[in-house]
Amino acid sequence: MAAYLLRRLLQSLLILLGVSFITFVLLYVLPADPVRQIAGRSATAQTVENIRRELGLDQPFVVQYARYLAGMVQGDLGRSYLQKTEVAELIASRLPATLLLMLGAIACELAIGLTMGIFAALRRGTTLDHSLMMLSFVTVSAPQFVVGLLLLYVFAVKLGWFPIGGYGTFAHLVLPSLTLGILGSGWYSRMMRSSMLDVLRADYIRTARAKGLSRARVVLAHALPNAILPVIAMIGIDIGIFMGGIVVVESVFGWPGIGQLAWQAIQRVDIPIIMGVTLVSACAIVLGNLLADLIAPMIDPRIKLK
Amino acid sequence: MKRLLASTAVMLALAMRATAQDYTPDPNAEAGGSIVITYKDDVATLDPAIGYDWQNWSMIKSLFDGLMDYVPGTTTLRPGLAESYEISSDGLTYTFHLRAGVKFHNGREMTAEDVKYSLDRVTDPATQSPGAGFFGSIAGFENAGPDGLSGVEVVDPATVKITLSRPDATFLHVMALNFASVVAKEAVDEAGADFGKKPVGTGAFKLGEWTLGQRLVFEKNADYWRDGVPYLDQVVFEVGQEPVVALLRLQNGEVDVPGDGIPPAKFTEVMGDPAQAARVVQGGQLHTGYITLNVTIPPFDKLDVRKAVNMAINKERITQIINGRAVPATQPLPPSMPGYTEGYAGYPYDVEGAKALLAGAGLADGFETDLYVMNTDPNPRIAQAIQQDLSAIGIKASIQSLAQANVIEAGGAGTAPMIWSGGMAWIADFPDPSNFYGPILGCAGAGEGGWNWSKFCDETLDKMAVEADSLSDPAQAEARLKLWSDTYMGVMEQAPWVPVFNEERYTMKSERMGGEDALYVDPVSIPVNYDYVWVKQ
Repeated sequence: MAAYLLRRLLQSLLILLGVSFITFVLLYVLPADPVRQIAGRSATAQTVENIRRELGLDQPFVVQYARYLAGMVQGDLGRSYLQKTEVAELIASRLPATLLLMLGAIACELAIGLTMGIFAALRRGTTLDHSLMMLSFVTVSAPQFVVGLLLLYVFAVKLGWFPIGGYGTFAHLVLPSLTLGILGSGWYSRMMRSSMLDVLRADYIRTARAKGLSRARVVLAHALPNAILPVIAMIGIDIGIFMGGIVVVESVFGWPGIGQLAWQAIQRVDIPIIMGVTLVSACAIVLGNLLADLIAPMIDPRIKLK
Repeated sequence: MKRLLASTAVMLALAMRATAQDYTPDPNAEAGGSIVITYKDDVATLDPAIGYDWQNWSMIKSLFDGLMDYVPGTTTLRPGLAESYEISSDGLTYTFHLRAGVKFHNGREMTAEDVKYSLDRVTDPATQSPGAGFFGSIAGFENAGPDGLSGVEVVDPATVKITLSRPDATFLHVMALNFASVVAKEAVDEAGADFGKKPVGTGAFKLGEWTLGQRLVFEKNADYWRDGVPYLDQVVFEVGQEPVVALLRLQNGEVDVPGDGIPPAKFTEVMGDPAQAARVVQGGQLHTGYITLNVTIPPFDKLDVRKAVNMAINKERITQIINGRAVPATQPLPPSMPGYTEGYAGYPYDVEGAKALLAGAGLADGFETDLYVMNTDPNPRIAQAIQQDLSAIGIKASIQSLAQANVIEAGGAGTAPMIWSGGMAWIADFPDPSNFYGPILGCAGAGEGGWNWSKFCDETLDKMAVEADSLSDPAQAEARLKLWSDTYMGVMEQAPWVPVFNEERYTMKSERMGGEDALYVDPVSIPVNYDYVWVKQ
């Protein structure tokens, strides 16, 4: 177990190094000059060159990357080009909101998706099954902006049950989580349905039924724990996606997450922030997957860590 | 001679009024209260040497003061931290006498040393100020660095003398720019690179709290040196708010001014509803939207081709695309800018005439080209209208819709034959005609990376521009504006741009907001002049 963990963590470090290199190369070759963004439209050529020199952007690529890496291993992600604030501070200030929304969104996705998936599997081939699967198609393809605004309009503006966007209390969390939950539930419901169908065909389920166990007990105690395995792997991936930020939903609900930070940084070619956010979300994806791999054998003892 | 005398008399009268005319406090104004302003984008910094975007420009104006200032809601200069000033007869020495008893937010009294420190700091390359170039006329600018500007001298604690290396008619405007704001040295030293998060100035408001990515709270500066203002106790800025949601919150009474304005998709709905339309304030804006024609890329190197494009564009139709939120433009300067040429009709919309010009240039069958445009609404739609207009005279333009940074890069590199300026268009830094020339039409901006995307460089016009800005004596103001007007007419003859429209501003406010309309379309403090607006209790 310890050896496995160590190996996985080393692999993760290599992945992060690779991610940092690729992102840095992409930003370097990008046909957009960060210095122009800082200097603005009225700057003289002299001002532009001064800023380039002050930021070390006149140096060759290798020197720039080496400097970045040297800072990174010491935990220094640099300062934003435009805001001049420490990138670590900017990310840290948005991390709580991002984590909270991630938890809320995954909880909603699971609650909606799993329920839909289980019912569809149990009523396979019926109108209920078809409508649920149709619904899952609609939810995965619905635009975040529209669903978010719709929920906001109905439940916050018209009914007044929730605040119109913002951050701070549990009430603020409900609508953005629900938006993401509805949109992401389609994936979970389809996966849960097919996984459940596989399991329901298994011999041990027939045995359980033959023993005369109640239907609910068969489904919940015997089928569900096995059917849920692939779903857990998907949560790991979802963690990564949500940590990278959910730009549109954050923007509709005025949620101060990492997505808005990244989006604005991309528009302004603020390279230190883009690098920082990319690394943090890459970390989250790697750790999310690791977590999913570690949890799987706890649920299904047949799975061995190698 | 008689005409000259007459015009001098007019100028004198104007000058007298300009000094006498200051802001009359609003007799109905009520003190106290707090308002909520929203923005979509986060506030990058409140350091006046660095801040140069839509959100922080007016915020910085309320936290800091410069030597000069504008009468609220107008483009008229008035003294700020300087109580008075004298200009030497050669126009090269400005002596500013500071107001007594002005205090920074930290309680310390502001002195001439602070003025010098602030100007030294903004021009020091280590500060990386995007506005450093505005101070190019101060003596010693070329050697600006840690040792400061030789042209800025402290005469005594209440007097600063600034020596210029060349006469500069725009210098007082430059002293009113945010970049010339006076900062407290000890606060900069203490905060270092974080000064933008911990600003200390002399302004009407001081920064109370700042929760990164969420909200900023400005508290009233009770010791503010201008009597009676600000009226508000507090201004709360909430960032990261989608404009459509901000509008919903305004209707619900939670927001007082949506800082990003009325979203284009909601404009017709808002203006069609009398209750909402009544809360919209409309005003001019020092803005021009234009198409640049790169004179170094054939066939735009031919004057007749550039004229033909000017005649092919249906400006009326383009203003309709943005719901009529603009007026068609005839020239680079917007109508509310001094130096605007009244009575000049610009190139007419004349498809047949345009075709004839193209045929005369040997391009009767048209040609293919690229039109660069920023990829946010409504710009791609405007580009399509331009594309259709061009195809009517045989020009096949393919639209390159890119992120802002990429369009700016292509424009600066000179690889874009045509660019629609929307989303990056010129809004004046200060209300003076010279601000529309140098970087975007002059030779200085035509180099690699410059904002003169037409790469247009006419030595004669450049000389006229330099001459105009050397007329710094107020008595020559009219001659100077005439020279500027001639310069822009010279630009139009060469047709490196198609001036398309001048955007109007539409600010929406909550019912409880008070103060005259001009404060809500202030040409300098955008969107709102926080120091002078008030709320009905």
